[in-house]
Amino acid sequence: MSAAQVLSSQEVAAAVPARFAGVRRFARAFRHRPSGVAGLAVLLLFSLLALVAPLFIGQDQLDVTKVDGPLLSAPSGHYPLGTDQAGRNVLLLLIWGSRESLRIGIIATALTVVIGAGIGIVAGHYGGWVGRALMHVTDWFIALPSLPLAISLAAVLGQGETSITIAIAATSWTATARLVRAQTLAVEARPFVERARALGAGDWQIMVRQVLPNVTPLILVSSTLTVAGALLSEATLTFLGLGNPASITWGEMLNNAFFNGAFTADAWWYLLPPGLAILVVVLGFTLTGRAVEHVLDPRTEDRS
Amino acid sequence: MTGRPDESSTALEVRDLSVVYPAARGRGPARAVDGVNLRIGKGEIVALIGESGCGKSTLARTLVGLVRPTGGEVLHEGTALDYSARGLKRYRRHTQLVLQDPGGALNPKQNVYDAVALGPRLHGLTEDLPLTVHDALARAGLRPPEQYFDRYPHELSGGQQQRVVIAGVLALNPSVIVADEPVASLDASVRGEILKLILRLRDDLGLSALVVSHDLGLAWNIADRVAVMYLGRVVEQGTVEEVLLRPQHPYTRALLSVVPTGADDWRPTLLAGEPPDPTAIPAGCRFHPRCGRWADADPDTRAAGACDRRTLPVLAPDTSGAACHLLTSSHLENA
Amino acid sequence: MTTEAPGAAGKTTTEDTPLLEVRDLHVTYRQGGNDVPAVRGVDFTLAPGDTLGIAGESGCGKSTMALSLLRLQDRGARVEGEVLFRGENLLTTAWSRLRAVRWAGASVVFQGAMSALNPVRTVLDQIVEPIVLHDKVRVSEAERRATELLDSVGIPARRVRGYPHEFSGGQRQRVMIAMALACRPDLIIADEPTTALDVMVQAQILELLAESVRESRIAVMMITHDLSLLAHTCDRLAVMYAGRIVELGPSRQVLQAPEHPYTRALSRAFPTIGDPASRRAPAGLAGDPPRPSRTSVGCDFADRCPDVLPVCRTGEMQLWPAGPGRSAACVRALPDQGGTP
Repeated sequence: MSAAQVLSSQEVAAAVPARFAGVRRFARAFRHRPSGVAGLAVLLLFSLLALVAPLFIGQDQLDVTKVDGPLLSAPSGHYPLGTDQAGRNVLLLLIWGSRESLRIGIIATALTVVIGAGIGIVAGHYGGWVGRALMHVTDWFIALPSLPLAISLAAVLGQGETSITIAIAATSWTATARLVRAQTLAVEARPFVERARALGAGDWQIMVRQVLPNVTPLILVSSTLTVAGALLSEATLTFLGLGNPASITWGEMLNNAFFNGAFTADAWWYLLPPGLAILVVVLGFTLTGRAVEHVLDPRTEDRS
Repeated sequence: MTGRPDESSTALEVRDLSVVYPAARGRGPARAVDGVNLRIGKGEIVALIGESGCGKSTLARTLVGLVRPTGGEVLHEGTALDYSARGLKRYRRHTQLVLQDPGGALNPKQNVYDAVALGPRLHGLTEDLPLTVHDALARAGLRPPEQYFDRYPHELSGGQQQRVVIAGVLALNPSVIVADEPVASLDASVRGEILKLILRLRDDLGLSALVVSHDLGLAWNIADRVAVMYLGRVVEQGTVEEVLLRPQHPYTRALLSVVPTGADDWRPTLLAGEPPDPTAIPAGCRFHPRCGRWADADPDTRAAGACDRRTLPVLAPDTSGAACHLLTSSHLENA
Repeated sequence: MTTEAPGAAGKTTTEDTPLLEVRDLHVTYRQGGNDVPAVRGVDFTLAPGDTLGIAGESGCGKSTMALSLLRLQDRGARVEGEVLFRGENLLTTAWSRLRAVRWAGASVVFQGAMSALNPVRTVLDQIVEPIVLHDKVRVSEAERRATELLDSVGIPARRVRGYPHEFSGGQRQRVMIAMALACRPDLIIADEPTTALDVMVQAQILELLAESVRESRIAVMMITHDLSLLAHTCDRLAVMYAGRIVELGPSRQVLQAPEHPYTRALSRAFPTIGDPASRRAPAGLAGDPPRPSRTSVGCDFADRCPDVLPVCRTGEMQLWPAGPGRSAACVRALPDQGGTP
């Protein structure tokens, strides 16, 4: 009657699905979404350039006192994207600038996700006065205006990437927290959470094992949008002069171009590249995010 | 079948249980369960029948310790339930819940193996876990079990999903299963298979079960005893044959009458009004505003019954009978 | 734009011309790049005042079939065949004509009454609107009629200006029925009208529907998974399996003496209380309901059939006549197989 006894425990253990089977399924499904693959390719290309930049760009090509190129010259064979007011190669600046810009964007997003998701899940799971208190804190942060906050942080911590990163994270985690809390409430209302509780799961196990996997798609998608927002905020804040003038970021390039007469000199090659780079990277993140969202939703998954 | 269930020893019992939810949104407190005595013997299947809002689901959740009673107690093999985190966890190895909607009861991000292994992992029973999961799936009727390990809930049919939920419960080797509408969301042809499974688990493993449902046919199919619940109270209870073949309480009779029989003379007794509201329980007999027997009674009977004023006693756990003034008085007259 | 024949006066169809005639209806979805046939060749006719019950499990295509009659199917589904409503093919007719039919010819009672009602408008308004638009009467007249209608389904006049969320599930379903009756249709399609309701309320709603129909000779197509329920409310019964009708005939006969083994299993699924045969013996059907994405050669039911014959795996099934007014898609219903036990 029971064929169960016939199998040995090793044979049964061999049938246990591998831990990361889900990741592999995800990767397989992601490959079928061309826009997502394109977005990811853009991101990988930029990340690769940012990582290998030190191999072919030296300080002598970035230091205004050491470069010897023509000033604000139009693109040419030697300078594919022209030069800036100090005679630096705009292409090299663009590549070097991606390092700082992406770093600020990614660190700010990581902070946003960790704080936002943590507070969102805890507030959604416990409800009661804990949840209310956390949501009051969140509301308080929502009311915080990002620009004055960044300016005051710059005054306290000094101008530069740290204050910009903190300013971005401090103002954007609230959106994630609200989103995650709402999703947590929805997930907690579903019967499988009750089943886990009836099986003996505690608060921590429910939050980590049941709720988290179900809010992760949302967190991933929202984080791609946060990265995009963070890149734009970085550009804005640096453009407004809150960055470190000595460092090179895309925002700083825009700031330099603006204040050093790129407009009056019709030096479009100095203004456009950082702007377009921001656009392309933001687009890369959004395309990837949307593809991830589609793939992670089991209902849209291919059921072959 | 492996003989009659052992009636003498009790698996699970509730005494004078009440659950009151605090007032919300301008309404009074909801007395979801309002004084219930119930006993589930070892190896016994008890069906708890009632309409939605009668408190049957709350009672089920109180039995497995998910809802804490505001009055009365839950006794497991004679000892009162300990509501400390540790006590509850220990209790949950013995008493398990099967939910109505198997699609929702399984985490969509977890494959079958992890869903069934969830219970044993939570209780640290990870020795030979693959074999435990394998056996649980086999006992729940999913064969060969190893082929289901890496499937996800959305790839399974409703019946298979419910079997996975049941396997998750069996993996903990409980002694009592509380099933809340276990077949209500399943297709008609699958319904019987899941009920057969519950019966077989009782016969093979000696499991006791409380099956909560709105469906009297389910009670006829699998239960030994029935309790009919109305507005937080058990209004009639007894063996399946007693209650379903010779119903006493007018509410039980009405419920039985709306089950389609296929006969030409099927005439359901329709109760007036909408399902009752636990925030506004009527005085006296809580069923009297919808009771046809009360409405049609002659003045003398009405005076003797006084259903709209006189409170009814709570039924004792093991008796057979119905909580109805008119019944009691007519019995007295007959006697 | 309205129909040529308004309201009750529109019942010009005679007994011989069917109100609704469905011929070889196919509905196909596209899912993940594959064609998924949900409905695979359905034929039936409905005379004025007829009540037809459609039974089957989830995924058998019964709802898809019913909704596609009025072109209410999901986007991306392909519908083929003919749906003749008073002789007019609804699948090819112009949108304006179809809209007129949906207004006044045939109305639908959906399963989720809460989502089918507009939450920000009173129930009275929602019933008045179609009456005003369709019958071109004054609002006060339409309100009078709507109130009467709501009263007839058991919603008292003092409550008609309430919003959907103020009503219970059963009451909302009553409102839906009143809405369906508002423009005096010739056909009502009820898609699982009582699924989410309690047994007691369910009996009330079905009684109400049956009563409204009896009085006005409206034809009804009722879809549920509960066979015995249909037997009481409908004259005829069609049982669907895997996108096809497998048995069709007068309700009582289909329920009491099913020709198709699937119908037999369905009719046994809900026991008769008091029947010793079903005491402690639930009846079920092994195997899983078919998935529309998987189609096989031969009878779709062969894998789950308790009395399967070799020919079932290879032969093509169709609805064969099985007695007066009855048909079944089972080789055992054929005369030359009739002798087999």
